[in-house]
Amino acid sequence: MLLRHTPTEIADRSALTINPAKTCQPIGAMYAALGVHGCLPHSHGSQGCCAYHRSTLTRHYKEPISAGTSSFTEGASVFGGQANLLQAINNIFTVYEPEVIAVHTTCLSETIGDDLPQITDKARKQGSIPDGKDVIYANTPSYVGSHVTGFANMVKGMAQVAAPTGVKNGKVNVIPGWVEPADMEEIKRLAALAGVEIILFPDTSGVLNGPMSGHYHMYPEGGVTMDELRSTGDSIGTLALGEWCSADAARYLDSTHKVPCRVLDMPFGLQATDRFVDALRTLAGRSVPDEITNERGQLVDMISDMHQYFYQKKVALVGDPDQLIAMTEFLVSLDMWPVHVVTGTPGKKFEERIRELTADLPYEVNVKAGSESDMFLLHQWIKNGSVDLIMGNTYCKYIARDEDIPYVRWGFPILDRVGHQYFPTVGYKGGLRLLEKILNVLLDRTDRDAPEQSFELVL
Amino acid sequence: MATKTKKMVQWNPTDIKEDMLKKYPPKVARKRAKQILINEAQESGTPEITANVRTIPGIITMRGCTYAGCKGVILGPTRDIVNITHGPIGCGFYSWLTRRNQTDASGEGDENYMPYCFSTDMEDKDIIFGGEKKLEAAIQEAYDLFHPKSIAVFATCPVGLIGDDIHAVAKKMKDKLGDCNVFAFSCEGYKGVSQSAGHHIANNQIFRHVVGENDEPKEGKYKINLLGEYNIGGDGFEIDRILNKCGITNLATFSGNSTYDQFASCHQADLNAVMCHRSINYVADMLETKFGIPWVKVNFIGAESTAKSLRKIARYFGDKELVDRVEEVIAEEMPAVVAVREDVLPRTTGKTAMLFVGGSRAHHYQDLFGEMGMKTLSAGYEFAHRDDYEGRHVLPNLKVDADSRNIEEIEVEADPERFNPRKSEAELKALEEDGYEFKEYDGIIPDMENGSLVIDDLNQYEAEKLVEMLKPDIFCAGIKEKFSIQKLGVPMKQLHSYDSGGPYAGFRGAVNFYREIDRLVNSRVWGYLKAPWQENPELSATYVWE
Ligand code: SF4
Ligand code: SF4
Repeated sequence: MLLRHTPTEIADRSALTINPAKTCQPIGAMYAALGVHGCLPHSHGSQGCCAYHRSTLTRHYKEPISAGTSSFTEGASVFGGQANLLQAINNIFTVYEPEVIAVHTTCLSETIGDDLPQITDKARKQGSIPDGKDVIYANTPSYVGSHVTGFANMVKGMAQVAAPTGVKNGKVNVIPGWVEPADMEEIKRLAALAGVEIILFPDTSGVLNGPMSGHYHMYPEGGVTMDELRSTGDSIGTLALGEWCSADAARYLDSTHKVPCRVLDMPFGLQATDRFVDALRTLAGRSVPDEITNERGQLVDMISDMHQYFYQKKVALVGDPDQLIAMTEFLVSLDMWPVHVVTGTPGKKFEERIRELTADLPYEVNVKAGSESDMFLLHQWIKNGSVDLIMGNTYCKYIARDEDIPYVRWGFPILDRVGHQYFPTVGYKGGLRLLEKILNVLLDRTDRDAPEQSFELVL
Repeated sequence: MATKTKKMVQWNPTDIKEDMLKKYPPKVARKRAKQILINEAQESGTPEITANVRTIPGIITMRGCTYAGCKGVILGPTRDIVNITHGPIGCGFYSWLTRRNQTDASGEGDENYMPYCFSTDMEDKDIIFGGEKKLEAAIQEAYDLFHPKSIAVFATCPVGLIGDDIHAVAKKMKDKLGDCNVFAFSCEGYKGVSQSAGHHIANNQIFRHVVGENDEPKEGKYKINLLGEYNIGGDGFEIDRILNKCGITNLATFSGNSTYDQFASCHQADLNAVMCHRSINYVADMLETKFGIPWVKVNFIGAESTAKSLRKIARYFGDKELVDRVEEVIAEEMPAVVAVREDVLPRTTGKTAMLFVGGSRAHHYQDLFGEMGMKTLSAGYEFAHRDDYEGRHVLPNLKVDADSRNIEEIEVEADPERFNPRKSEAELKALEEDGYEFKEYDGIIPDMENGSLVIDDLNQYEAEKLVEMLKPDIFCAGIKEKFSIQKLGVPMKQLHSYDSGGPYAGFRGAVNFYREIDRLVNSRVWGYLKAPWQENPELSATYVWE
């Protein structure tokens, strides 16, 4: 047993987090910033945080992740990091020549209280920021919220670039939230099919699923451009996918630049995708083409074909709030039973949403968000009430192995498998892929465990 | 293959160096120039390099932080200590199972906390009002849940800043719990300039709080400790297999596949064999001063180096029985190694490598490449010091600066009861006169060819330049460097936490490495970078059936 010390009996904890179901803000900010074209993320703090964030993102994407660091030493920690950041901005524009630097803070620079707008301003006055180039920023103290919060903060930093001209651009802003590059591509495909012009930000497609060609491009083709970001203030509306990841940025554009926003769930599964497509269509005043309706029909078709294998199967879920909400709804729509749901990201509203979504099921869901809502607790819940399926990031494999439970990798980080870069799980097509993944593990288990006399060719 | 046509052109190291520096702002260029050295034999000895200095802000470095060196590297492989990160959640999360340290906890009742991540997950109120109470409660909760024999606490950056006294909390809890050794590490990431500071902080505390705690006699005729071996990919398992086979007892490995008790009993060994000089040479010194155990430098990376190291250990003990046994083992193990080497040599001879890792691996792995007929064009360390480059003779000349002053040097004296010189002055002298080297490490530079480039704290920009200009057949560094290099069409092998595979130490490890490098440099995939229509863009088609 790998997690041999995890007891079945659950004791209250108030101080010790074990096997966290979250990580810290800056990695979210770094991921988001990679979705801006020509952008070099920069971590304002000591170099360890940056090394860790880059390593984790690299392991997840199997792609180069470049980012700068202010490399604080003790002096900077005592006297403030202004000199380090000024020097960093100058060096970065000289050596790495990005279009834009996206600075985020770390626990250290936040505790010191470095003032990013003031330092950036100084860098501009000193002439360290070449003409036509930009520095955007976000405060990302990791002792507040989680990696999701950091992502949302950097996305808001992007929205703050908006500079309305007064002339509408006829486009819809879509803020996809923390989804994979393949998901961002899928959202763009759906919008294009529906004939709606969108500005998607951030957009990591074409950045974190790049080709191998014998050349290394530090700034690949993909990513939302700074011009597009400036133009978000002229859009006809914003669709924010996910309250935790995307709402802040959308609300900023709404209240500051009168770009009306709607906050939707992330389009995982049938109903959330329905709502997304419907909102897109109404906002842009387009009718939905048959292609999309057919894709939807295919998803409904597969659900009905394989319903017997989903029916009343119990599922344990761990991940981030926006993703979990959509996934819980999807599982319920399959007549599966999400019984344990955990996220380390704080949010009372999250627990309420999950309870609402599971309200008419014949059991009370175990749901917890925030500190000490960790994978240790999830494991203990599983020990007390077993499940047929676990869905979550790679760390779940220790639980899945110890408890011998089928397991689908989904979420962040996935350190030991590939596919998430290339195959979407959002939209109707993504729904098909999710079903395929779930069925594969459930049916592999059926095949593995079936006695010889009832082992079947056709399932 | 198309991608390989440009290589092995004549290059001049001075031009390369100039080219790497020319884009930098002048201040950066000046600083980097001292860390890029063109190797050349000098009359007065080894050329001097600047190392263990701050990374320049904004330069995309390979380095990590002190916390990573302490919690991640040194204490990472300790399986029966509950390691609690005191800080916001990130630092603990990223160091959770991400190094490929293997451990064998298969014994009845063995404790193994390595698959767990423990953190105080500090929140804003803890930052504002201090985190000592939360830390205390967390230690209590860990104790109540697991009853471990030891709990260790690691400070992250904000902890140092807000002034939590983690040592006082640890002491208080140790006294309160009674049967649990609680101690703490002030390994805030901003201390020092790299992971190296963290190694030092970690080892100091292990030495202070654990080493020598257990005097219960350990059996074994030839007892050694292996210092600076972290069992990445099972390296330590292979070394242990060989040592066992020779009849040598490895009491404690610092710290691969280690247990608390190994550290506690290590003072009973008669020799310390140091693998990674960077991360632990000072512990070897302290063990010698306090307990009288001499140390020697060994290297189990490479089959020849393994044989050499075994002979070195045997010669120290000076027993014919052991010397003979070691020869027998080498004779038994080598044929399998040679067979694979002969097989790969035609495909690897003449190929070139670059290594930028560690500590010591950028040096050690050159032996393996050498065994495969491959040449190292350029190498350097991520976080080593001048002595690792130029040899220990520079130690007295190293200046203490603002960063190294941060790192405590423990004053050690001979233990009043347990100091016991394992060899008399006369015995040591006799061995030395016979060419035997104690406490000696000559560094990487003397082993590298004239004209090769030795580069400290290589960064992303320089790496890309080097690869573009010199077109090595393989590049070795860490995970962050892996994919930018491979995008250039050059295979990349991680040598910190081997990306996959291992062990690469010892005899079987050498076999694994030969095969792995053969696979990498000869993979068909590097020939597919261009689509047929990119190779032949002409539009006209010819129809065979016309
Ligand atoms: S110090 Fe803060 S920002 Fe840095 S890794 Fe730790 S939690 Fe994340
Ligand atoms: S906060 Fe400090 S200790 Fe933590 S990862 Fe960052 S540099 Fe290292």
